[in-house]
Amino acid sequence: MSTSETPDRMVKVPSQPARFDLGFLRSRSARTSMIVIGIVLAYALPLLRPPIITTPDSDFGGVMTEAASYALVAVGLNIVIGYAGLLDLGYVGFYATGAYTTGVLTSEHFHWPFFLALPLAIGVTMVTGVILGAPTLRVRGDYLAIVTLGFGEIIRISILNLNWLGASAGIKDIPSPPSIGPNPVGATGDGLFQIPHIAWNGLVPLIDTQHTTPFLVFDVLDAIPYYWLLLTVLLIVILADYKIKDSRVGRAWEATREDEDAAELMGVPTFKYKLLAFALGAAIGGLAGSFLASGQGGYINPNSFLLLYSMLFVAAVIIGGAGNRWGAVFGGFLVAYLPERFRTLSDWRLLIFGLCLILIVNVRPQGLLPPRRTRRALAARAEIQELEGEAVDV
Amino acid sequence: MDFSFLFQSISPLTISDLFHQFAPLTITGLALGAIYGLIALGYTMVYGVLQLINFAHSEVFMFGTFAVAWVVVFFHGTSSTSQGLFSTLGLLAICLVAAMLTSAAIALLVERVAYRPLIRKGAPKLIILIAAIGASFSLSEIMGLRDQIVGWFGLKDNLSNYVSQARNVYSSPITIDPHGLFSIGNYRVTDVDLLTIGAAIVMMAFLDQFVRRTRLGRGIRSVAQDPESAALMGVNATRVVQVTFLIGGLMAGAAATLYMIRIGTTRQNAGFIFGVKAFTAAVMGGIGNLRGALLGGLVLGVAENWGAALFGTNWKDVVAFVLLVLILLVRPTGILGESLGKARA
Amino acid sequence: MGTKQTIRSLAAIAAAGLALTACGTTSNSEAKATDTGTAAACVQGQKLAFLGATTGDAGALGLNMVGGIKLALDEYNKKNADCQVGLKVFDSQGDPDKAVPLATQIVGDDSIIGLVGPGFSGESLSTGKTFSAAGLPSISPSATNVTITQQGWPTWHRVIGNDSAQGAAVAKYLKTTANAKKVFVVDDGSDYGKGLAGFVRKGLGSMVGGNDTVQTGQTDFSATVTAIKGSGADAVFYGGYYPEAGLLVKQLRQAGYTGLFMSGDGSEDPAFVETAGAQAANGAVLTAPAGPAPANFNTKYKALIGNPAGLYSTQAYDATNIFLAGIQAGKTSHADLNSFIGSYNGTGVSGPISFDAKGDIKQSTIYAYKVSNGKLDTANPTPIR
Repeated sequence: MSTSETPDRMVKVPSQPARFDLGFLRSRSARTSMIVIGIVLAYALPLLRPPIITTPDSDFGGVMTEAASYALVAVGLNIVIGYAGLLDLGYVGFYATGAYTTGVLTSEHFHWPFFLALPLAIGVTMVTGVILGAPTLRVRGDYLAIVTLGFGEIIRISILNLNWLGASAGIKDIPSPPSIGPNPVGATGDGLFQIPHIAWNGLVPLIDTQHTTPFLVFDVLDAIPYYWLLLTVLLIVILADYKIKDSRVGRAWEATREDEDAAELMGVPTFKYKLLAFALGAAIGGLAGSFLASGQGGYINPNSFLLLYSMLFVAAVIIGGAGNRWGAVFGGFLVAYLPERFRTLSDWRLLIFGLCLILIVNVRPQGLLPPRRTRRALAARAEIQELEGEAVDV
Repeated sequence: MDFSFLFQSISPLTISDLFHQFAPLTITGLALGAIYGLIALGYTMVYGVLQLINFAHSEVFMFGTFAVAWVVVFFHGTSSTSQGLFSTLGLLAICLVAAMLTSAAIALLVERVAYRPLIRKGAPKLIILIAAIGASFSLSEIMGLRDQIVGWFGLKDNLSNYVSQARNVYSSPITIDPHGLFSIGNYRVTDVDLLTIGAAIVMMAFLDQFVRRTRLGRGIRSVAQDPESAALMGVNATRVVQVTFLIGGLMAGAAATLYMIRIGTTRQNAGFIFGVKAFTAAVMGGIGNLRGALLGGLVLGVAENWGAALFGTNWKDVVAFVLLVLILLVRPTGILGESLGKARA
Repeated sequence: MGTKQTIRSLAAIAAAGLALTACGTTSNSEAKATDTGTAAACVQGQKLAFLGATTGDAGALGLNMVGGIKLALDEYNKKNADCQVGLKVFDSQGDPDKAVPLATQIVGDDSIIGLVGPGFSGESLSTGKTFSAAGLPSISPSATNVTITQQGWPTWHRVIGNDSAQGAAVAKYLKTTANAKKVFVVDDGSDYGKGLAGFVRKGLGSMVGGNDTVQTGQTDFSATVTAIKGSGADAVFYGGYYPEAGLLVKQLRQAGYTGLFMSGDGSEDPAFVETAGAQAANGAVLTAPAGPAPANFNTKYKALIGNPAGLYSTQAYDATNIFLAGIQAGKTSHADLNSFIGSYNGTGVSGPISFDAKGDIKQSTIYAYKVSNGKLDTANPTPIR
């Protein structure tokens, strides 16, 4: 596991900037408590609505739900791009597959409960990933980009034109996940108990008893329960991601990414591992899509699965720092959050978002939170540069 | 078996109709494909030299289409008329120059802003891809906000013919009426068809010769083949990359002019679909291969038209992408293979 | 490192303590402004909201609607300078998912008393439950999907006729007025275009001589043109919006097709003629469930907004004026305003307006607008009866 590196080695890297040297985190209890505080804060964020961070022109709970959804997608895509090194420009196709499987099973043609449809949606998406991957993963690197892009478009055009999938009218009335406690969906319910929000008077927090979130009612007026559910799913997926990355599979991916031929020579069945990365990435995309379908609106149509979103997902992973799951989470959060936070810029915000993409990659070409390996490689390169006295051309 | 319960609409033609309509479908497909091919040259050149997908190239094309419409409005005004191809040749020549210059300028801008600083830093390929996506968003949005941007300079009223309703469709006021010249099968081939296909072939041939024979062309090939050795031999890589973008821009400008002659209408997002198609064409023909780019474009254009006739126009992109996958499975490096560096000298 | 940790923990505890001591409750400090019972009193800062696409591929249509709303508000606020009504624009980019948090934001904002929108059918279906649960009255200028008003949302209205009436009228016009024998029906696969074309197909029955579905954003229609010419149809109906309709008729005429070209209200925009070119557009017939706008509407619109009025500008103007009439009558609570809209009976620039129990506009004559002499004649349409 990359985090289990001995402290001594980290100290010895002289070029390590101070801000990465979170030394106090080395004590195990301190680290655990920081993680716990971080998780609690993440859950409480939409209740707290901290000034500056909150979105003034859109519902903060809804934006955070979208951000969590993007983060989940980015973690899945990070397996494909960051771990296995496969550029997938059609990831939105998996998102759509998960969403539509859920839509069909719970509303359009069958009336399964959500938690029964969810595993099937993941399974269907995973199979889709294998079906797509088996022929296309044999084509070399850059060709994969256009083939996957085409796949994303094929999925979108199909859902737009197949009446069985609702065509352009989409699928409506997709049920929410089941609520807990009295007063089920629809009523302005109590749930088990009410959690008050925080309102801010300047910098002074006030407990807002007028606006409360019932625990746990999936209602059309409050996005926060959906956010909690997604955040929980995100944390579970991240845990699983730790386990996989740390196993044989993770090492095989790393070997394949760095030098496919060498890996093959060393006895790594690279195709099998690439396909596995593709299938796992697809499954997580399908998972996120499934939650999108059963979200607050309970409605999906083909406009939610434009090619543009594939680009945004890739941007999320790369900006965050491909290969680092926390980078992917952060990147997904930013890509969803920034355009909503700066709605006051109205028409201009997409232009500014585009300029920000250029700016961010220029300022931090390795991503905002690069994986440790990239940081080590950068340090090594800087060292070579210093020894040789001139720029190294790559 | 009746699939209408599944499909939204039945196909417009049956297989026997496809044979009846073979000539018109094929020739109009070739004309469309020629435009794809010209745009694809830009993708293929940049990929050949840098091994990078220039995602902003669609916007390079889009700016060219606007340049054409602006020139027409400038010389002609906004009254809508129809004219033949030959009576407007002079105006079209000015349009062509303007579009090529505009597209080339945008291409160089993209290189300067999104590529050069990152290449210099030795950034990973994917990072440069994101910069290109950012550049693409920005350029498209600048066009969609042009009314507000000129508003800053107080020019909105003076330029209203050029900028009003920036997010709406923008049309060239002169409609070029095609003129039938001769018949192939049941299709009357028009002057516009001939111009489109002919211009694309001439330009590709010209570019091919340029890359094969000139000093600069040798530089491009050497960098494409082995950048480090090229640098050792004294080739200025930055300059070669610039020239590559410049050529891609010029070709996109030419494509934009042909597009405006055929279609006549553009929009701030008009580049997107054509960009995706042209990129597909480049890969289909063998990315990095100039002849392959044009061939890929033509194949794609024809396949789309046949597919549209058989399955309905809404399925034509599916036909295009499925064909791409099939070609890549049979020939993993495209129809003609990758070869910018390996062209026979 | 131990010291650092201690300092940080202390800081965290201090911050938490500070937060706790500063906590109060909001219930006393914020008296609810909207609970003023008297009907005629002016509610300061009251707003209407618009939810729809103002950027993205459909941005041009959303901006047309915002222009119509702004014109209506401008006229109202000039007359009622002491009690102005504001506007807040929520840009959904046409994505039904993006619209959901915006809807939650709209219903959580007490200063918003009504919604003009949602712009399209997709975002209407994804946000309808939220608006209906909050009781916020809404009037859409443009969402035409038939199923929206079948959802049983009591606060949802639209000032645009749904597609079934228009489709039937188009079929009637093709049969009786145009005397067509064989009609080729094309749609753009969008919710609106496909819906309208579907009703036209139904009305035409066996007269349908061919079908095709194109893509929004498509610019080359050569395959469709070939199919139409090969079918021998003497008329074409296109269900969709003007950018594609204009190019389709242009390419049809260039290929020598001489039959009648007909399209619906999505194409009834001056930009249709610009896109097609004056010559190709001549003779085209565009239907719309709205009568001619008064001559001065376009002048007023252009003067205020700077652009000519476009598709859905008149409907948005009318929708806004219904809310403003309600506000003037002192109906500012959601329930009052909603029942005011339900019983509204008046004439807007797009024709007479009143709503049935489901929120659909009580229809309304369908008019056929013709393009002649290179211009869309918006002043003299023929009613289809």
